[in-house]
This record gives sequence, C-alpha cells and structure tokens, in this order.
Amino acid sequence: MTESTNAAAGVRDVVIVGGGPAAHRLADSLHARDTHRALRVTVVGEEIHEPYDRVALSTRLADGAADLTLQPSSMWADGHIRLLTGERVVAIDPVAHTATTSGGVALHWDELVLATGSSAPVPEIPGAAHARVYRTIDDVDALVAETRELAARHGRPAQVVVAGGGLLGLEAAGGLAKLGAHAAVVHSGGWLMSAQLDEGAGRALGRIIAGQGIGLHLGARPATITAENDAVTGVVLTNERVIAADLVVFAIGISPRDELAREIGLELGPRGGIAIDTSCAASAPHIWAIGEVASFEGRCTGLVAPANAMAEVVADRLLGGAAEFTSVDDATKLKLSGVDVASFGDALGRTEQALEIVYADPARGLYQKLVMTDDAKTLLGGIFVGDASPYASLRPLLGTQLSSEPAAYLSASGMEAPAGDELPAAALVCACNNVSAGTIRDAVSGAHADHAEGCTELGALKTCTRAGTQCGSCVPLVKKLLESELTKSGITPSRALCEHFELSRQELFESIRVLELTSFDEIIARLGTGRGCDVCKPVVGSILATQHGSYILDGGRGGLQDTNDRAMANMQKDGTYSVVPRIPAGEITPQKLAVIAQVATDFGLYTKITGGQRIDLFGARLDQLPEIWKQLVDAGFESGQAYGKALRNVKSCVGSTWCRFGVQDSVSMAVRLELRYRGLRSPHKLKFGVSGCARECAEARAKDVGVIATDQGWNMYVGGNGGFQPAHAQLLASDLDDETLLRYIDRYIMYYIRTADRLQRTARWIEDLEGGLDHVRDVVVNDSLGLAEELEQAMAAHVDTYEDEWAATLADPDRLRRFRSFVNAPNDSSPEIARVPERDQFRPATAEERERGEAVLVAGPTIPVRGAGA
Amino acid sequence: MSITLETSTTWASTCAVDELEAGWGEVALLGATQVALIRLADDEVYAVDHHDPHTGAPVMARGIVGSRGDRPTIASPLHKQVYDLGTGECFTDASLALRTYRTRIVGGMIEVELAP
Repeated sequence: MTESTNAAAGVRDVVIVGGGPAAHRLADSLHARDTHRALRVTVVGEEIHEPYDRVALSTRLADGAADLTLQPSSMWADGHIRLLTGERVVAIDPVAHTATTSGGVALHWDELVLATGSSAPVPEIPGAAHARVYRTIDDVDALVAETRELAARHGRPAQVVVAGGGLLGLEAAGGLAKLGAHAAVVHSGGWLMSAQLDEGAGRALGRIIAGQGIGLHLGARPATITAENDAVTGVVLTNERVIAADLVVFAIGISPRDELAREIGLELGPRGGIAIDTSCAASAPHIWAIGEVASFEGRCTGLVAPANAMAEVVADRLLGGAAEFTSVDDATKLKLSGVDVASFGDALGRTEQALEIVYADPARGLYQKLVMTDDAKTLLGGIFVGDASPYASLRPLLGTQLSSEPAAYLSASGMEAPAGDELPAAALVCACNNVSAGTIRDAVSGAHADHAEGCTELGALKTCTRAGTQCGSCVPLVKKLLESELTKSGITPSRALCEHFELSRQELFESIRVLELTSFDEIIARLGTGRGCDVCKPVVGSILATQHGSYILDGGRGGLQDTNDRAMANMQKDGTYSVVPRIPAGEITPQKLAVIAQVATDFGLYTKITGGQRIDLFGARLDQLPEIWKQLVDAGFESGQAYGKALRNVKSCVGSTWCRFGVQDSVSMAVRLELRYRGLRSPHKLKFGVSGCARECAEARAKDVGVIATDQGWNMYVGGNGGFQPAHAQLLASDLDDETLLRYIDRYIMYYIRTADRLQRTARWIEDLEGGLDHVRDVVVNDSLGLAEELEQAMAAHVDTYEDEWAATLADPDRLRRFRSFVNAPNDSSPEIARVPERDQFRPATAEERERGEAVLVAGPTIPVRGAGA
Repeated sequence: MSITLETSTTWASTCAVDELEAGWGEVALLGATQVALIRLADDEVYAVDHHDPHTGAPVMARGIVGSRGDRPTIASPLHKQVYDLGTGECFTDASLALRTYRTRIVGGMIEVELAP
C-alpha cells in the first residue's frame, strides 16, 4: 500500500470562527469522520474556556464548581484539531483566504466556518452601562459574586431585577433567588415565555414562579436604570413603575454576532444573522455558517439542537457529502428546579384548523395542551406546565398519528396513559444530538454499524448513540426503548441474579432481612435452587456482612467470598497478594511510615503509592499474610479493605489547618468519615472525598460521596465515579453542618446498599432510579419514603459492630488456618513464584523471562534482597 | 480405535476429610504436584489441578464452588472461567480444560489418584 499523498498536497485548512457548542460539535464530528486526515482544523474561541454547555448555565449558577466543558474534549489534545482559546478573529480576507486573530496571527483557510454565536443585547436606555447579562460562564460567575457581595455590603438579600421572562430570564431569576436574592422579572409580553407558551400556559407558569417568591412585572420594559455613585438603586419601567434594585440583568433574547460577515459583504438575514441555504453555505464560496449566527429561512435560532444539526451538515459537506439542513426543532424545556415547563412543535396552534386539547387545573398549577390536526389524529405540538412528564414520550411522536385519544396522553387528565406507541423509526428521540428511535433500536439489537454486540444497558447505549447525553430530557424514553427492545429480542430485562436466584439483588436483600436468614444454605433453600455460583455467593456474602456485620469468613461464609475478600488481600496475576493498610484521609505519622517500610523490606514486597492516598505492598504469598499483618496490627494499623466491595478510602486535601485557601478542616472531616464508614460492605466499592474549599484539590466530585467546604459548611455531592464510565458527582445538598452531613451520608449510602444492583456503582444506580437524582434528594433530604430513621439505625448498627478484620483474624487460631499454604504441609511454601528485578524492586516474571531462566524463584523463608541487578 | 492398557495407579493420601470445610478449597502438595481439594458435602470430595488453565497461576483452590444445572463447578478466582469439577470441562471457554483427579475416602483420609 502506498502512503497517502494528502499530507503534502491535499490537506485543506478549515478555520472555525467561534468556540461554542456548534463549533464543538463540528470539531468533534470532523475528528471522528475525517479518518484520512484530509483536513487541518483550527477553532478560534474568544472565551478562555474550552467549549462548554451553555444550556446548562443554570447549573453553574447553583454550583460555582460545576464543570460545563462539552464532552468529548479529547480531540483538542490531538494534532488534527487545534483549539485557540482567549483569541478572537478580528478580520477576514475572503480573497487571500486568511483570518486574522486578536493576537495578530493570520490563519490560512480553504474553508471558513462562522460559528460566532450571538450576544446578549442590552437596549440603549439611560443607565444601560450598569446592566449585566446572562450569557457566558464569566457572566454567571460575576453575577454570583456580585449577589453575594451586595448581600454582605447591605446586610440584606440583594435585590435583583431580571429583564426578560423567557427561558434564560427565568433561569437567571430562579437561580439568583435560590442564592438568596430577592428577584423580580420584568417581561414585555402579557405572560411569561410568550414566544413558546399560549396565554393559559404562561399564566399557569406565572403562578408557579410567583409561588417561588419571584416578583412579576408583565407588559412592561425597563425604561431607565437609576444609580447613585455608580451603584444601581432601581429601575423605572415603561409603565412608570419604579422598582428598587441593586443589580439589573438583561436576558431579552439574542442578537447574532454577524459583524465579520457584514464587513466582507455576506448576505444577511432580514433580522440579522448570516443567511444560509440548506447546505449551511453562506453567500460567498467556501464560507459556511452554523449555530445561532446562521439565519435559516429568515431567522436565527438560539437552541442547541439546530446548531448541532447544522454542524453535522457542514462536517458532511466538508468531507464531500451532500447532507442538508431542513428544519428547526423548536422544542424547549425549562431547566429550573421545581418548575416543569416544556413546549414543542406548533405549540401556539398556528396551523390552520388545528384543534387544541387542553387540560388546565389552576388549583394544582397544571396546564397541559396538545395541538392536533383537525381530525384530532396527528400530533402537531404541545405545551406542558406544572407536570412535563408526557413531554419526553410525546415529542418524538410529532407529526405522527396517535393511536389513542389525545386526552389520554395528558397525565393531568388522570386517564390511564397509553401503553406506549410504537415510535416510528424516524421519530426523533434525542433532539439535541439528532438520534432517532430507529438508531436506538439498532444499537440495542446490535444492528448498529459500530456495535455488533448490542447495548444492553443504559450507560452503554447513551455512549454508543449519544442519545440523552446533552440536556438529558429524553433519558426516560431511551430507557423505555431499551427495555421494550430487550423484551422483544427475548432478553427479558430480568433482574434475576443468576440461575440460582430469580430475585434481584434488592429483592434478595429485603427477603433476607425480613426472613432473618443468616446462612447461605438457609437462603438458597428458601429463596433459590442449586448450589450457588461465583455471582450469587458473593452477593449473599455481602448482604449478610451489611446486615450483621460479623466476621466474613466464619460460619460457612468463607466460601461465599469473592477472590479478594476470601484472603482479605488483593490477588494479583500470579496468585500472590497485595496488602493495603488503612491510612485514614491519607494522614500518617513518620513512625507509621517507617513500619510500612520495614514490613515491605522484611518480606521483599514491591511498594507503590495508590490513587487513594495509601500504600500498596505487592507480592505476598497467602501464608505470609498473617505474619505481615501481625507486624502492621502491632503498630496500630487496620485493614484498608482494599479487597472488599466496601468503603475504600476518604481522600482529602490538607484543608484549613495548613492551606492558605482552605475554609474548613477537610482532614478532620475525612478522618471522621473514614472511621465511621470503614468496613461497610456494599454492592460495589465506595470512595469518598473531602475538599477544604471550592478549589477541590481532593477531586471529591469524582467520588461516590464528595464533600466540598463552603464558608457556611459543607456541600454534599453524590454519584461521582471514575472507572470505565466516569461520572461527575452532582450536588445533593448545600451548606450542611457536620451532623446533618453525616445524617445525609448515612441515609444515602444505606439506601444505595439496599436498592442497587450487584456491581452497580452509585452513578449508574442514580441514573437507573425512577426520578434519578431528584428522587434520591427526596429520600435523603425530605424523607419522602419515611425511611430515614431506619436507614440511620442500620448505619448506627454498622458503626457499633465494626471490628478490624485482620486483628480479629490474628486473635483466633482457627481463623489463621485459612491462610496455610498446603493442607498436608502447612509449613512448605509454593516453590514457583518467579520474580525479576526492575527499578530497584521485584516484579512478577513474564513467561518468556521464566523460560529464558532470567527469573528468581522465591520460596519458603528465602526472600530476595533488595538491589539485585541494580 | 483405541487401546486400553492395564496399569497400576497410585493413590496418594492427603489429609483427613474433617480437615476440609465444605465449600472452602485447599491445596495438597503431593511431591511437586499441587492438587486443589474441594469438599462439597460430607463425603463428596473433588480434586483438580491447582493451576489456573488460562494463566498457569497456582490459584484454583481459592475459586468459588457451586453448580451449573446439576453439575458441580468451580470458578477461577482470576478471570472467573467456570469448570466442571467432575470432568474439568470449561463451560465459558471451550478451548480450556482443567485437569481432574479421582478421589476416595479411606479410613477418614482423602486419597487422590495420581498417574503411575
């Protein structure tokens, strides 16, 4: 095969102007599809951040540490795609094919993509210089800081006026109100979200917003912002009302950033923006426009779904395809906690002769409407306020015939919902990423091109199809499709543990608890069949350990334990073990460090620092474990349970005791948590983290429980996981005192242990629960199931019965017998452990090294001494 | 066509059956041979090679025992391949097989049949 000649001759330069979500999607798509590297791509973004998810700005308002970076972000590290942040393109030369940046660099382009997005306009009224906007991460961070600063300066909540009662305005007002501000919304329309909602829905929404303590001024606009000594004092409205205010935020829409296009004479849309055709091409050759700056059929759209679709079209075109952009999906869902609002399709019933089926219940704050064709069969659009649960399953049915009477789809009507229409293959399930029902079904059944295996669980399905990875509103529907598809292909989405138990882990946990069963023989006789296996035995072992807290190898429970639990050490590839003593919060005295060093030296153990602020000692034989632990226990160490599906460690930063920035004592809290939850058996391993300030040096948001200090107390995050499918932890509760924090963790962890599947980590568990994180918050914070006391008691029982497993082993000769090498020769050692020296330590020999006789055989009391070969 | 040769076999004594806890495998050292002994019920004792057929590591006695259908099984503690304790057949990977030994209990002692 000859080398591609592209590298020299055919590589074309693509410059993408702008670094928002549209640019991200285009870069990602080109990165994935341009496998021959026929393009060299440069993205120029004026913000200092990598492209981030603007749709989720309200998350940042609630949680200043929220990371909104759009994923994947790995392509930026690749030579193929270059990202310039903090630089702006200031001039374009369409003849010389260059784009000049604010840093003075002239970038050559063969293809130019304008993705400059839009800005948040402020009208030219007196005092406009004092106005703030809500558009970027920096805007949000500044609003939060200013709201806090104002409250501190005045000794009362900041008074915030938000101009604009659309999606962004409501998110801003709701978010700032949650931070403690007194917020009011000024909106020129007669009702809120007047562009998306009809009057009935808008009024229902108004009642909900007012119920959250947010003031409403409808049918008016700000006319003047008044100020004294540069500090805002109030707003005068067009209806001459005066509202006191310390902070005025404008969120009245978007205006496309089309100034570069104007300068080079590109054709613009009637209301601004760069006019594009269905190929997303602008009016000059080799220039394209995507996202909010693109004007399609006379208008610009500020939504992520069309921006993504345009990016895909341009990616295809740049690679020689003929994709076309056809329509704008206007579906929107408000992301404001406690306020459920969604609209899609022809929500305002503009289609001729359209019928509207409306259910309104002002007392319950509900408004639901479907817009149908005149025969009441085909769905044209809908609006949901107060309860948007039908939105996810109805939106994909847009333009199709409903199989049941329309009213049945309105959850507020109280009618039994139809069992779920068979979605047509072309129905759009995930609008953000343009994923159809057909694509999802194919991915499940294995017909998807990149996935012969078939995805049988939600996480894999999301990764494979990208459905539900952006705004998340379609996840319940994706899950339903997955389940019905699995059922169809004969894979009953059975929760049966294995061939021996029909029950799910959760059902087994409850059955064992209620029937008060304590041995595997009893349990399998009552609840299962056969002799068990490597799946159900460890599950039963773990459940019994959680419920009774007794020594895991006694009473016939030894044979239930998985590989590592069985030896209370971690088996490595050659059958030897590694040993991890507990070092709570990573805090250790020099004397104890010396003990670890001595043990490692005495037994010739390879030594490595773990990712969890502990020390791992490798290469111990089974029969050496008791001797090793004797030395460790004598020096005051305990088992680190690195071998168990149990709490591993609580990672912490150094906190306020030493750190110049720390606001709380993170080490003390981490020690307290580690000592409280040590030894607790769970469906999967558990890791915690505690950070002493928002800088988050303990990486707590990558943990199952993340605790981050605030100046008021602690923020508690849940569901962070590393591993194969990493997930960031999400905020569960804010500003907790020490005791409340412990109570919430007790409830959260115990609820997880009781209800999760085998080997299901907390992130996937939360994802799988009906209601997700909101449900967890309801159970943990609001005690919606009335379980809180029981969960806390179960945890208290664990804390009371904890004992160190290794100390308990050493104290009992019967228990020590489990660590003998040979039943008929307990003092002999396995003669075949082969080691080779590397970087001053010993590691297992490879098969080749063994064959070549390069390995040192280790047996009996012979211990290789340091330095061989060094 | 096969030829059966009459050979005398050696039965090696290992340990008292009471030394083994049901469901908890242990290893007997017979010369240089390591044999994993697994007791399921009172007088139901299996012996298999202690070496994991997949990796060669001496670990099989530390696997979880159980059943598949009506066959007694042991799972490798390293990568969880499941073997028939009686025949050595691997249920999860047909290319693998675990060597098995016949056992008998004589006077309360477990004996393992070694090749001559």
